[in-house]
Amino acid sequence: MNSEQSINPEDAKQRILAALPVKVARKRSKAIVVNDGSGTVPEITVNSRTTPGMITMRGCAYAGCKGVILGPTRDVLSITHGPIGCGYYSWLTRRNQTRPPTPEDANYMTYSLSTDMQESEIVFGGEKKLAKAIDEAFELFHPKAIAVHATCPVGLIGDDIHRVTKEAQERLGIKVFGFSCEGYKGVSQSAGHHIANNQVFKHMVGTDDTISTSPFQVNLLGEYNIGGDSFVLEELFARCGFNLVSTFCGNSDHDSMCRAHTADLNLVMCHRSINYMADMMETKYGIPWIKVNFIGAAATAKSLRKIAKYFDNAGLMEQTEKVIAEEMTAVVTAQTIYKPRCDGKVCMMFVGGSRSHHYMELFNELGMKTIAAGYEFGHRDDYEGRNVIPSIVVDADSRNIESLKIEPDKARFRPRVTAEQKVKLAADGVDFKEYGGLMRDMPAGTLTIDEPSHHEVVELINIYHPDMFGAGIKEKYAIQKAGVPCLQIHSYDYGGPFAGFEGAINFYKEIDRMVNSRVWSHLNAPWQEQTEIIATFGR
Amino acid sequence: MLLRHTKPEIKERQVLTINPAKTCQPIGAMYASLGIHNCLPHSHGSQGCCAYHRSTLTRHYKEQVLSGTSSFTEGAAVFGGQSNLVQAIDNIFTVYNPDIIAVHTTCLSETIGDDIPQIIGKAKEEGKIPPGKIVIHTNTPSYAGSHVTGFSNMVASMVSYLSEPGEKRASRANIIPGWVDPADIREIKRLLDMMDIDNIMFPDTSGVLDTPLTGKQEYFPAGGTTIQALRATGKSKITIALGPTSSLAAARLLDTKCKVPYEILDLPIGLEATDAFVDTLRRNFHTDVPDEINGERGRLLNMISNMHQYTYNKRVALWGDPDQLVALTQFLVLLNMKPVYIVTGTPGNNFTDRINTVLKGTVPEVKVLQGQGADMYKMHQWIKQEGVDLLIGNTYGKYIARDENTPFIRAGFPILDRVGHQYFPIVGYKGAMRLCEMILNAFLDKKDRECPEESFELVM
Repeated sequence: MNSEQSINPEDAKQRILAALPVKVARKRSKAIVVNDGSGTVPEITVNSRTTPGMITMRGCAYAGCKGVILGPTRDVLSITHGPIGCGYYSWLTRRNQTRPPTPEDANYMTYSLSTDMQESEIVFGGEKKLAKAIDEAFELFHPKAIAVHATCPVGLIGDDIHRVTKEAQERLGIKVFGFSCEGYKGVSQSAGHHIANNQVFKHMVGTDDTISTSPFQVNLLGEYNIGGDSFVLEELFARCGFNLVSTFCGNSDHDSMCRAHTADLNLVMCHRSINYMADMMETKYGIPWIKVNFIGAAATAKSLRKIAKYFDNAGLMEQTEKVIAEEMTAVVTAQTIYKPRCDGKVCMMFVGGSRSHHYMELFNELGMKTIAAGYEFGHRDDYEGRNVIPSIVVDADSRNIESLKIEPDKARFRPRVTAEQKVKLAADGVDFKEYGGLMRDMPAGTLTIDEPSHHEVVELINIYHPDMFGAGIKEKYAIQKAGVPCLQIHSYDYGGPFAGFEGAINFYKEIDRMVNSRVWSHLNAPWQEQTEIIATFGR
Repeated sequence: MLLRHTKPEIKERQVLTINPAKTCQPIGAMYASLGIHNCLPHSHGSQGCCAYHRSTLTRHYKEQVLSGTSSFTEGAAVFGGQSNLVQAIDNIFTVYNPDIIAVHTTCLSETIGDDIPQIIGKAKEEGKIPPGKIVIHTNTPSYAGSHVTGFSNMVASMVSYLSEPGEKRASRANIIPGWVDPADIREIKRLLDMMDIDNIMFPDTSGVLDTPLTGKQEYFPAGGTTIQALRATGKSKITIALGPTSSLAAARLLDTKCKVPYEILDLPIGLEATDAFVDTLRRNFHTDVPDEINGERGRLLNMISNMHQYTYNKRVALWGDPDQLVALTQFLVLLNMKPVYIVTGTPGNNFTDRINTVLKGTVPEVKVLQGQGADMYKMHQWIKQEGVDLLIGNTYGKYIARDENTPFIRAGFPILDRVGHQYFPIVGYKGAMRLCEMILNAFLDKKDRECPEESFELVM
């Protein structure tokens, strides 16, 4: 890499902006922040409209809804209402692993169901076709629940998917509900997360009051079991003694999500995609939530301790400490092997709405500095911390996404901790409803950049030539062409798991493999490296 | 079982598609646009379409796939996408500086009825298209046709926007390769070179989606058909269009617009289709077929005859795109195999007739399914009723292959989980040898894995 110390981040920012049209540069300059390390986090302009033509990393509301939130739930049958493409591209392309308890249990994740809307439905409406498709799907699969996902044309032609699903529910006697997640809603996947949160909360959470008698019950929210992360955490929780009521939505099933309101604590992993759910569950059922991070060994230990502290039980604390100690032995051994091989290298990460922050932990553990980072679809609270939420201006694009008005449930609301306990726990590090955001953890002299365009990514690489880049599939090979290894932090390059202690060790190995791969040293052929001129004169 | 809910009993469905054997138009248009040199494809619609198409193409090629999007929000969906597209054109030329932008539509912009030529005109009027730069478009409503239709539409648009008629004709062939991979295009070019036939290949994704690792990042790699070459297609002697579903529309248009006659052939997959391709070139350019090509053909025949015992009477299920399926079916018949289930989600006339023609009555039990509702779920049900020995198709077949313990070779689009298709062709005689190798090794590996120890053979 170029010596990062010698680069003035303000100059880098100006160089990135230089090629942009004036209006675009003005807008982008508010989304690129030089971190001064002072502890005061400046405002960043994010979650705003993507500039057309700039080559964006972002996807759409449908992707955020069907792909992210409901995709990992194995026994809710999803039907895409629209032309064939959306259902096709969201078919098995995220790595949400799932493990049905028996070979007989339902698993619909390998199926892509679509109404394959045709021109006649665009003209005359697609409601009849949707109703019939729901009936046909029911006949074939007999699922507990059917979820219908709307694509762009559905909203435009005015199909009322909520009426069609309501009628189907009455007709079939199973749960049928719809998501108005048309791709043009909002400005990114993030709109789809919110839409999905609302409908899952309305139609699933709180519909089964069966309470387990086990102690220390938690929900894990915003963990999607990419590469088996949830499996690692399920095992870790079991060993510590935490009882997992439900996960939203890695390795999840319908019934556990319907019982989520019976848990005593919500753990929020991906803040961006699921904080709505945590807030709504708190208001309606009285379940408090804390932010956790199981990416990174130290972060995992810290999160486990926080959970144990919340339950205030000596046995649980002791068991948790024991598990941490057991796991840390292997982690420390791995660190002594891999840290020297990665130490001092620098990385950049632009991904998701929480992941860039989470993965900084792992890079830190390897001695690697994150010199530029940001999200694809984060909001100001993901960057600056939740304390800015009251000051976030709701623009027209966000206003179009419904915010549910939640009241405490008369029968089911049950405060889990008293106000005094809350204060005491908070003083002890169990910081309820808190998230400090990415920027607070960015070192001085680094850049926070929201949703960089392809041009900006290329400029960053040209300026800094980092040792490592974290992004998605669309960016990966473009970045690697420049000789910089790029890890897909959405799909883990088909490896993983990266969560928990076991995941941290996997990650160390993976990064060592990438930054020390021999292939990068052969980009020039021997004759391209020769400096002397070899020539023959005459014949 | 991964597809545990698929049962052999077939309940008729009228509207529900399950596990489709097609995807939507815009991705085909995006792929075709990448075959123009210094071209940035542009998706006029919500940004999710563009993200999905770029991701799928990237996963298939393991290469950079760039494209702009108009990033519609609710406002654009209601009031139209004109200002988004004008702004996108301005930004793209300012920041990325391609020679040409190839716009395709989406179901969203088609439903609201955006008039793309009018918007391009507006951009021109406002000075957003620098002198010498070009914007072309094609309409790709996702609610009609399939990804193949979108490919065909974009190739036809290259002709309608760029091909220029001329009095003087060069002794040169236009080759429309159809939807094949860059390695296939390289192989077709190699055959043309060996026959010393001057040609314009369009679109040409070689050098765009199979680029070397050099340590240098480029927005636009070296490959692709140049605008100059696309203009000159109107002055070629003949167009040879490979695969009617993806190439006929452009060939016809070139004939109408520039009076360039065309011949339409199957994709040169397998012996007979490659014979037809080589022979068509020979006839039109009055040239001899070099010994090197005869040698390749002979080696293919040698391989087939040597290993015939392993392919004879084997039942095959195949799914994918019409042009590939017709040519593959013909090749399988030559290998004395039995293509029993053939499925494409892509609609269009003549597919069943074409399949029946190449089957020559050799597989009376064949089941062919095409168009809406022609999906992999139904094909899997047929397999559950009566099994097959081999599956040929895109990556989505792996779930059936594992559940049914059936050998599976990957051919078509998309291939998301194996390497090879990026670099090694399946067209031409050499490509046919590669197909044979894949088929035979799939059978032999299964035999080695599963046969009783006493029948485990060293020599096979």
